[in-house]
Amino acid sequence: MSVEFKQTIKEICEACGNDRSLMMDVVIATQKRFGCVSNEAMDLIAENMNAHRVEVEGVVSFYSFLSPDPKGQVVIRLCNDVVDQMQGVQAVAEAFKKELGIDFGQTTPDGKITLEWTPCIGMCDQAPAALINDMVFTYLSTDKVREITDELKKHGDPEQIPIRYGDGNNAHDLVKSMVNNGLRKKGAVIFGQHEAEKGVKNALSMSAVEVIREVKNARLRGRGGAGFPTGMKWEFTRAADGDKKYILCNADEGEPGTFKDRVILTERADLLFEGMTIGGYAVGSDEGILYLRAEYAYLRAFLENVLKERRDRGLLGKNACGKDGFDFDIRIQMGAGAYICGEETALISSCEGLRGDPKNRPPFPAQKGYKECPTSVNNVETFCAVARILDKGAAWFSEVGSQGSPSTKLLSVSGDCTNPGVYEFPFGMRVDDLLKKVGAQDVQAVLIGGPSGQLIGSADFERTICYDDLATGGSVIVFNSKRNILEIVGQYMDFFVEESCGYCTPCRVGNVLLRNGIEKIIHGQGEKADLDYLQELGETVKLASRCGLGQTSPNPVLTSLKNFRAVYEAVLIEPTDGQQPSFDIKAALSVSEDLTGRKSEIYKD
Amino acid sequence: MEKPKIATASLAGCFGCHMSLLDIDDRILKLFELVQFDKSPIDDIKKFTGQCAIGLIEGGCCNEENVHNLQNFRKHCGILISVGDCAINGGIPAMRNNIPLKECFDEAYRDGPSVYNPEGIIPNDKEIPLLLDKVYPCHHVVKVDYYLPGCPPPADTLWEALVALLSNKPLDLPYELIKYD
Amino acid sequence: MSEKTITFTIDGVEVKGAPGQTILDAADAAGIYIPRLCHFKGLNPHGSCRVCTVIVNGRPQAACTQPIAEGTTVENDTEDIKKHRSNIVDMMFVEGNHFCMFCEKSGNCELQALAYRLGICAPKYPFQFPDCTLDASHPDIFIDRNRCILCGRCVQASKDLDGKCVFEFVGRGAEKKIAVNAEAKLSDTNVDVTDRAVNICPVGAILKKREGFKIPIGERMYDAQPIGSDIESDTKSIK
Repeated sequence: MSVEFKQTIKEICEACGNDRSLMMDVVIATQKRFGCVSNEAMDLIAENMNAHRVEVEGVVSFYSFLSPDPKGQVVIRLCNDVVDQMQGVQAVAEAFKKELGIDFGQTTPDGKITLEWTPCIGMCDQAPAALINDMVFTYLSTDKVREITDELKKHGDPEQIPIRYGDGNNAHDLVKSMVNNGLRKKGAVIFGQHEAEKGVKNALSMSAVEVIREVKNARLRGRGGAGFPTGMKWEFTRAADGDKKYILCNADEGEPGTFKDRVILTERADLLFEGMTIGGYAVGSDEGILYLRAEYAYLRAFLENVLKERRDRGLLGKNACGKDGFDFDIRIQMGAGAYICGEETALISSCEGLRGDPKNRPPFPAQKGYKECPTSVNNVETFCAVARILDKGAAWFSEVGSQGSPSTKLLSVSGDCTNPGVYEFPFGMRVDDLLKKVGAQDVQAVLIGGPSGQLIGSADFERTICYDDLATGGSVIVFNSKRNILEIVGQYMDFFVEESCGYCTPCRVGNVLLRNGIEKIIHGQGEKADLDYLQELGETVKLASRCGLGQTSPNPVLTSLKNFRAVYEAVLIEPTDGQQPSFDIKAALSVSEDLTGRKSEIYKD
Repeated sequence: MEKPKIATASLAGCFGCHMSLLDIDDRILKLFELVQFDKSPIDDIKKFTGQCAIGLIEGGCCNEENVHNLQNFRKHCGILISVGDCAINGGIPAMRNNIPLKECFDEAYRDGPSVYNPEGIIPNDKEIPLLLDKVYPCHHVVKVDYYLPGCPPPADTLWEALVALLSNKPLDLPYELIKYD
Repeated sequence: MSEKTITFTIDGVEVKGAPGQTILDAADAAGIYIPRLCHFKGLNPHGSCRVCTVIVNGRPQAACTQPIAEGTTVENDTEDIKKHRSNIVDMMFVEGNHFCMFCEKSGNCELQALAYRLGICAPKYPFQFPDCTLDASHPDIFIDRNRCILCGRCVQASKDLDGKCVFEFVGRGAEKKIAVNAEAKLSDTNVDVTDRAVNICPVGAILKKREGFKIPIGERMYDAQPIGSDIESDTKSIK
């Protein structure tokens, strides 16, 4: 181990004040600097941070963007989300393999480029897409792959690959990304014209209790999907015992098919931080944390700069926004590739520098959250809505929307439609109306709320998008009649298998069994009893799992069994003479036949 | 009325479960009053003489012959019972399930500490059934109706199960008779 | 008991407990057994195995983490919950390589005992036959990951009772496993055979060497009496 290596790790740890709770920053920085967090690095980090080595290993091995084994300086992460599959990512994948001469999960022999799959990166509206280090590459084709790999072979620097910048702030000096906002419909609330900082100014002229009352009057519910009333969450947090309180923003939108927060972070960052400041004031917090998913690291410098400018303008820091005694600042916590961290207690674990395991509830975060202090975790869109409520009032906010779900909702629409992108529509929109607006024809199925939501068919297209009917954190994915429902379900189960944290039995094991069960049916080995098997298994996972991820993970299976039963039944086979259709004698014998050089006398071709 | 027939087989097992069946002691006489044994090592009948009411399978499937035998049992038996842990979960033979077959061969015939095989020959007569890539529990290969766990299942478990099934009663084993060891 | 008493029902039976008590603890005190695996008295409830899932006022909750509340209705021993519990136990069996016939823990194993109590003859799910490692590097202790059910007892006990950090989880999802505080081997840690963490495993994943099969068959913990019998005030005959 070189002296220099030791010194660098020491410096990385010192830059984080050797603070155990900033372990994420330390391991991310180490990964970035050395292409891995090696065994030696783990030992050194443990030593410097006063942690145990196995704790560091526990963290490193949890997040998919971290690795104990060396990766190339360039890591290509191609998104294998269902929508990317629909847009032809397989051909793109083959092109990458061919051009680089390696398979997925491998690094080029010169050690320079690593090729990997990654789940949804929030670019479903411009799929197929990939991350190359922190940079996003959209609308990939085999030709583009060739250009990219040629460039990388030449200079090995993704930032030197010529790209055309996207619209709006995507072209900002600190972003310089080819991502397009894809903002198809601006509503009045999130993307409407508004006077900057008016919401926070109004809020700070009121008492915290009045602010919360206003949010409650607006009947604002969390925009991440679960729909918990925001005002109530803040009230609990405010009322909880504790001198120190926290307000956390969940910018870990990982639900496949969701990308609306990406657009907010790009175009409405000030509005978001305004909302977080209001939240901080309301709950009595002096520290906010924006938990940013690793896939959006390309926005980090830009967001840091927005925060810096807000500090410079006195909107953050001591006596924030000119309010005496209101000291409030915001830091960004980077994630490292874990869908589970979108679950609020897992997000808190991650912010604390731990494995992204959800926590037992109770206590709820409002009582004991980040560092055991009362904490409110809210969605990006929720904070923006708060800023507008305080700007224009609760009555204005709830002018549109449906009875139980006032105001607007951002929808990220992707899949088989001519106009994928972000739409801000009032709650209560019928699915068939939405499908018309996004240019979707010949629709077989719509996935509302991503794989953890519901897969519905035309019988349900008259239903409405709102908390009381079809709830969604924003993800809407359209599938036309040519799509294979069972394969889609199987791919989403792959996703949950990959993203389960593994803490509780039903989610860790049950999802693997569900995935295998679906594969059995896809392979034409399913019988009627297999549908009952899947149903009961799915119900156990739903009932007994510990957190929201597990409780919703069987939904692709359960909702497709309910709404697309005929699709399953069409491929079922009749029980065959008591034999297990899934048992493949030829496959079971092939190793033996190769080794012995003779063919089975009993099971001939 | 003709007595119902019973068939038994030991696949990748140690015959311990069959020993346990003999361990029902004098009840075996009663059993012979109730049933007629068909294909079974107990009476050394090699081939099914017809359809059987119950088939008892000991051991999992480690080779093609086991699979063939098991499939044959499934065809000839109204009720098929996995008897013992090896039939149910592969048992001790399944310890090889994560070791590549080649390594198993090498260890058994070439490199094992007690092996003398200077020419390094691996037996490969065509009479030797081909091994499967791993050891399969019986219900991974055919549908199985009942499971009697244990290594071996206690004689009482076998007795109780047979008596219940032969008298068309539900198989409901008491706590003492469900054992995995 | 504190000044206030909370009254609620478990399967229609009135149970009293103290504020802050979990459903599981209150049930134990009342002689009602709620099946559990990861839970261990003296450790913080882990809430991972989910075997103790009960229905509280219509909602599923883990009895080991859910505090009792006045007037609530808890369902524990219903056919539906027993079905889900069996399913969870089945999952643990197929997830690992549980070969009871040569396991030193057999007869004293809580997973096995729970399966016995639930009347499981064979798990209903296909066996996964995972590839797991065994660490016998330490002179007195070994880890057999084939048998680990990821209950977290050793992790917690090492931290909270032994004041060490010998064990921790690594990986995630189906790849999650127990690791030791060293690059690879248990013998490189400061574990000691007297550590609570070494003596707390519900299955045969962490065992002491040279102690296997000490107790003859018939005299082991669960040979005659089902798990939970000690808690149940009047031992019912278990079907």
